[in-house]
Amino acid sequence: MSEATDLETLRRGTSLVKRGFAQMQKGGVIMDVVNREQARIAEDAGAVAVMHLESVPADIRKRGGVARMADPGALEEVAEEVSIPVMGKCRIGHTAEAQILEAAGADMIDESEVLTQADDRYHIDKTEFTAPFVCGARNLPEALRRIDEGAAMIRTKGEAGTGDVNQAVTHQRNIQRSIGKLTGMAHEERDEWAREHGAPRELTHETAEMGRLPVVNFAAGGIATPADAALMMQLGCDGIFVGSGIFGAENPEAMGTSVVAAVNNYDDPEALKEIAKDPGKGMRGQANVDLDEDEKLQGRGV
Amino acid sequence: MHVGVIAVQGDVSEHAAAIRRVADARGVDTEITTIREAGLVDDCDVLLLPGGESTTISRLLADEGIDEEIHAHVEAGKPILATCAGLIVAARNPQDERVQSLDILDITVDRNAFGRQKDSFEAPLDIDGLDEPFPAVFIRAPLVESVSEGVDVLADWGGSPVAVRQGPIVATSFHPELTEDSRLHELALFDGQPATAETPEVSQ
Repeated sequence: MSEATDLETLRRGTSLVKRGFAQMQKGGVIMDVVNREQARIAEDAGAVAVMHLESVPADIRKRGGVARMADPGALEEVAEEVSIPVMGKCRIGHTAEAQILEAAGADMIDESEVLTQADDRYHIDKTEFTAPFVCGARNLPEALRRIDEGAAMIRTKGEAGTGDVNQAVTHQRNIQRSIGKLTGMAHEERDEWAREHGAPRELTHETAEMGRLPVVNFAAGGIATPADAALMMQLGCDGIFVGSGIFGAENPEAMGTSVVAAVNNYDDPEALKEIAKDPGKGMRGQANVDLDEDEKLQGRGV
Repeated sequence: MHVGVIAVQGDVSEHAAAIRRVADARGVDTEITTIREAGLVDDCDVLLLPGGESTTISRLLADEGIDEEIHAHVEAGKPILATCAGLIVAARNPQDERVQSLDILDITVDRNAFGRQKDSFEAPLDIDGLDEPFPAVFIRAPLVESVSEGVDVLADWGGSPVAVRQGPIVATSFHPELTEDSRLHELALFDGQPATAETPEVSQ
């Protein structure tokens, strides 16, 4: 039997602990919820975690105005309701909102372009937090800048609240294509690439050597059906965020369960066929082509 | 050796990498299969049950029909290493009806005993059978509340077991797959000899 382990050597909030949390989400579906009732449905459907926010992106679009962090009391309620991790969203660059979410017990903080941007120039210094962060990215340099700031997880930005997977696909392909290019480059070419794209140099080399992002890479932004989720997994994502797609659907329980099953069976067309029969109508959605440039959320925080 | 990594959800590639490191170091020819559907477990000599979300993992194991195959694997006396969520899923009593237990390990578990993610930590841990402390990473980790006779405690944290062995099963509430240190995978799967039924060191 071991002696009492030295408590002084215990360390919290290290990069290993924060990235490790993200690694535990892999192969899972993280669902947007606005209250404890939705959180219960998400957990029962097999979500690995829930993302709490005031309203889902599709409703934020309709409503307009300034989108802020949700009431931290509501996040605490959700955390009482479910046993799975609870995440919360803060505005880009809004350090105080992030501090409040951390104090409220958020297991991960999403510094999110879905909310109104608080700081036009800087993102939050995420290394100062014990809680791990996830950030959106449209391409590899953006992803590496966020990791350099301390993000423990990257997700594609996609175009949230549209129900159109098009931009999530574009962003994931951007990231993969750049990694592919980097792996084929000589050391000095990678240096040059990092300079030209404003990407952190060391992380550029690390990514090139690993042949993937050095943190977990989820898909987000417009995923609305089991087939969308399977597509993003086939494109090499580690897991899926579904925002408006679950509770904007006709039958959220069935849609949630089906998206979870689709992620596990993403490479099995026969199984996907059966899964895709179940969930009823998806969210109505809004194709990207209908959006004016200033209606797009993905340009926030690059 | 044929290694199966249960891959319905969780940190699968980390376990596969750990096994690869041990196998290469020992010069063991190893085939690794990731398992997301029924019909693959039977061919495996050893199994890994990764960390992740225990509610999600247990549900998918049942839905896919993999749970019965894991029972057969244990009954055949073949080794399993289960970490964190894996330990919860394996436990006879996870004390939470949201987890559909495999009931292969005779322990009672307190899920999320360490609290939320901000309470997660890393620390060196003394483990029976290892000479030097092990770099243990605890992420929203469970504690083992009690163990039955026949379950050996390999490590504890503040008096509660965090690593146990029962027959061919080794389970930890921390994540040995998250660092480059593969000694626990070696201990669980390659040293091979299941613990004999000795007097358990903690029995409540």
